[in-house]
Amino acid sequence: MPEKLLNITACTLSPLGDSAIVITFGNGMEYSIHKKIKLLMDLLEDEPFAGFIECVPAFTNLTVFYDPFVVYKDQKKSNDTEISPYEAVRSIMEMKLQDLKEIKEISHRTVSIPVCYGKEYGPDLEYVARYNDLTTDEVIHIHSTGEYLAYMIGFAPGFPFLGGMSEEIATPRRSSPRMTIPAGAVGIAGMQTGVYPISTPGGWQLIGQTPTKLFLPNVNPPSLLQAGDIVKFQPITDQEYKEMILKEGLQ
Amino acid sequence: MSLRVIKPGLLTSIQDLGRKGFQQHGVIVSGAMDGHSLRIANMLVGNEEGEAALEITLMGPTIKIEKNCLISITGGNLSPTIDNHAIPMWRPILVKNGSMLRFEGCKSGCRAYLTVAGGFAIPEVMESKSTYLRAGIGGFMGRALKADDVLEFNEPSKTLGDKAFNGSFSFPNWFVNEKEFMPGGKPLIRFIDGSQYESFTDSSKDSFVAGAFKVSNQSDRMGYRLSGPTLELKDNGELLSEAVTNGSVQVPPDGNPIILLADSQTTGGYPKMAQVITADLPSIAQVKPGESIQFSRVNLKEAEKLLLQKERQLKELQVSISLALNKWLDT
Repeated sequence: MPEKLLNITACTLSPLGDSAIVITFGNGMEYSIHKKIKLLMDLLEDEPFAGFIECVPAFTNLTVFYDPFVVYKDQKKSNDTEISPYEAVRSIMEMKLQDLKEIKEISHRTVSIPVCYGKEYGPDLEYVARYNDLTTDEVIHIHSTGEYLAYMIGFAPGFPFLGGMSEEIATPRRSSPRMTIPAGAVGIAGMQTGVYPISTPGGWQLIGQTPTKLFLPNVNPPSLLQAGDIVKFQPITDQEYKEMILKEGLQ
Repeated sequence: MSLRVIKPGLLTSIQDLGRKGFQQHGVIVSGAMDGHSLRIANMLVGNEEGEAALEITLMGPTIKIEKNCLISITGGNLSPTIDNHAIPMWRPILVKNGSMLRFEGCKSGCRAYLTVAGGFAIPEVMESKSTYLRAGIGGFMGRALKADDVLEFNEPSKTLGDKAFNGSFSFPNWFVNEKEFMPGGKPLIRFIDGSQYESFTDSSKDSFVAGAFKVSNQSDRMGYRLSGPTLELKDNGELLSEAVTNGSVQVPPDGNPIILLADSQTTGGYPKMAQVITADLPSIAQVKPGESIQFSRVNLKEAEKLLLQKERQLKELQVSISLALNKWLDT
């Protein structure tokens, strides 16, 4: 008999305006919190309630968007009293939380992202090496042997917030941000690492470039990475990068 | 041939009620800034209320109509004319092939919505026709309209009848009372507490409702930057990124609040002072840069009541318009 995953009094439920509810499980970047968020999200997507629109997972919480008018109409069918859509969704969430069961492991997909490090592909690689008293090869080795968990996708379509980078290569943001960072740039900012799916301005230290497209507007889902994925970076040569770019172009 | 853009105006893009269901992938919702005006514009031409429309900002486009069609224009009054005759808003208008539609200047509001019976023949991307300008997808080739763009129409669900065109256009004598949907003067924007409301100092909470905030020129569909009293946190703790939404009022370290709007990013890391109630989001959409707004605090129950009232009002309007439109087209 699986145990209750959590005592529901351990999480907080609060409104985000009049059309969303936030379920918060803790206050840090922790795997145990991520697991609960993922389980609740899967449960809601498998068994959506009337008026459910979508969920957005983050580091410590899950935000659930709903249509208050649909919730109201659905609840009104079986109830004569005054109904608050938020209160109705809140009690649905409390029931769903009761249903969350402890499981030892949740499954994670592993996605390998090829990266051409350094030179014109990673103009800040040398800076990152110098900043951390390492050689560029050591930075590449540390970055590409790590395993990273995608806690959430946000900021831009397909942009992963990755946890688990080694402190040995942590480097502050550039003092002056670049006006444009190309799509596919792999960067470091403090303890974070990530990949820019579309071209944007930004202040991250760029160490490499991937030929892989992370945002795929005509594919469902449109993001290569999903919250819960394990990401590994695979070093590739110039030659391999160019061949892969050609292949991506043909697809 | 259907509609040809002669001059694009300041920012004219295809928008519907937004791209829902893809935020967990970092894909923003987009959609009309003033959803009420878009819905009413669709009702007036017999479309589904969420059909895509042209969202026209401040300086409108010049458009050549290249097919007899039924259109309507709602939202901000940007002085629409057809062949140099002023045309009314908030009602259906039959327009003759070859007519020239212009917008002569902004009298009130900020954004107008132009719909055509049948809707624009625009493919859906991720279940929506909205233009996601930053990512270059959706709408008309993922971008704002440019000169020489040609937009085709779908066949209207209702036949447009054999109304004789005396001139370039004709319209019925009934209309939607815009006063119910377009607040005049300095708008009062109602909010409920944001997720980090309690983290702000008491004096910041007081000045948020006491002061007027000016909408800066660096404002767009993604968000309105406000200047006025600066807001301070009790202590500067770092916040991990989490979901934000249309109407979230974020406060970056400089203390000047930003209201996130239709093109809001999906997640953000700044503390949220307030959340504008859904019923008042269309009012913000009609505020021009340089104008001021005033905030008023309500509780969640009140916000829900206002939203449900607005929805009921729109549903009733839908029924009345549908009856009147059928009658007008049949006679």
